Amino acid sequence: MEIQKIATRDAYGEALVELGKRNKNVVVLDADLSDSTRSEKFQKEFPDRFFSMGIAEQNMIGTAAGLSVSGKIPYASTFAIFSERAIELVRNIISRNKLNVKIAGSHAGISTGEDGKSAQAIEDISLYRSLPYITVIQPCDAVETKKAVFALEKYNGPSYMRLLRNALPVIHDENYTFEIGKGELLRKGKDIAIFATGALVHESLKACELLEKEGITPYLANIHTIKPLDRKLVLELAKKTDCVITAEDHNIIGGLGSAVAELLAEEYPCRMKRIGLNDQYAESGKPSELYEKYGLSSCSIAKEAKSMLKNKK
Amino acid sequence: MADKNLVLKLKQKAKELRKEIIEIIYNAQSGHPGGSLSEIDFLAALYYHKMKINPKKPDWSERDKFVLSKGHASPGLYAVLADKGYFPKSELKNFRKIGSMLQGHPELNTPGIEFAGGSLGQGISFSIGLALAGKIDRKSSKVYVMIGDGETQEGVVWEASMAAGFYKLDNLVAILDKNQVQETGMTKDVMDIDPVADKWKAFNWHVIDINGHDMEQILNALDEADKIKGKPVMIISRTIKGKGVSFMELNHKFHGKAPNEEEYRKAIGEIENIDIIKFK
Repeated sequence: MEIQKIATRDAYGEALVELGKRNKNVVVLDADLSDSTRSEKFQKEFPDRFFSMGIAEQNMIGTAAGLSVSGKIPYASTFAIFSERAIELVRNIISRNKLNVKIAGSHAGISTGEDGKSAQAIEDISLYRSLPYITVIQPCDAVETKKAVFALEKYNGPSYMRLLRNALPVIHDENYTFEIGKGELLRKGKDIAIFATGALVHESLKACELLEKEGITPYLANIHTIKPLDRKLVLELAKKTDCVITAEDHNIIGGLGSAVAELLAEEYPCRMKRIGLNDQYAESGKPSELYEKYGLSSCSIAKEAKSMLKNKK
Repeated sequence: MADKNLVLKLKQKAKELRKEIIEIIYNAQSGHPGGSLSEIDFLAALYYHKMKINPKKPDWSERDKFVLSKGHASPGLYAVLADKGYFPKSELKNFRKIGSMLQGHPELNTPGIEFAGGSLGQGISFSIGLALAGKIDRKSSKVYVMIGDGETQEGVVWEASMAAGFYKLDNLVAILDKNQVQETGMTKDVMDIDPVADKWKAFNWHVIDINGHDMEQILNALDEADKIKGKPVMIISRTIKGKGVSFMELNHKFHGKAPNEEEYRKAIGEIENIDIIKFK
């Protein structure tokens, strides 16, 4: 059977509509990208609770904060990269006051592709993760996105959700239980532990298949919540394997790789490799070509795993 | 026209609050006297007359809200909130000290504080959210937001200004405390914001231009704001930074500096000698 492919941003738009139907306090703001972030689906259903803020991300964040202290549940979306323009307002209004604002940044990472460097946010996780109290989530498929949007509705606090432009295989079914801060073990193995987030979960799944063909059995965990990190799961797999890889479509500085490295350095130092953008920007191109060129593809992950295991012995 | 007794009562209150501002900042040996003294006549009009509030129930859902976007002028607001009974006056002695509820710039957990300021330009944007929520919930209450003239140089102020006009937020009243001075000098020399009335008019606001130390003009402006439908209101409150203390007036050195003992005595003496009948 063909695996269905849906972009997480499409699931975001659909989830907002479902939320809007059952919770009158949900409001949505967008900065002239509602067609791309898919928040326009909410706009069509609930025009009175949708606020078009124009190309003005700072004011979108300030306004969302004001709505939040008035008892509304604002979801504010734009491209991940442009949300960064308002990062000081996120810091000084939303994070500082622990306000219940849900920021959604779509088109994150180099998988955004052809638009090139200006649109490819590779530092957003790092920025949001460094702000106190902000929960940072990157779902890896449509089902997980919807569950995350619903989980955030019940979560009273600031959050950043990282969404992606391109269709990704749907690997979960409706029975999937999503819990903020709890990673998901996708594959059990013994030799090496791979922690992946977002689109790189799929590359890592393919990498596992390649490795298994060669008799290497990796653990693979989907780390949808980068903050707070699932410390228990990371430590457990690190202790079982003594060999850890992180994989993300983000700079290797400040993202999932850093979060895992910080934890392991303090609690269980072991061999580790961070896969991501090597402190550089990418360029225009097809997502698959970019993943190949910048070392984020399944082949790159498998290669890194083999080289680590070789040195381990 | 504003009632004469009311005007006198509010002027007397503003005089007492001026003294309190100097006490608070002198005691802390830290804080921003200039902008606190320029805003205080307007704050007196809002808190002792205009706004629908209940200090015993700071979270009363039908209240009017005051957002101090220029958060550095917190001593003025703290003086008012303590006097109104939001928290004990004894707290004023702890301003800017470790463990105090009265932080250098306001925080939301202090009773009566509606906005955590300190980073300029953000309060007016936040107020758009408050006003939009008021519209959704069909509340009759108003949102008042005070910004500084130097603050107007921040780009987000104009993003917010555009949005308030676009959404026709007639439950939003902004006050520009145009005290002419910012940290490093006169606003017209650092980065001129004039012609500022024309700017707000062009962004679809109803603009009222007054002397922000003339209590009668303040009250009339607030009444006029009530009558405006379909537009947000901007009251350009022309003030003097440090008003009431001669050596602080239009002196940027007292933007963010506490008086020493000699300056403190002189300041208190001058404020005590203010003739409220002539003051404007």
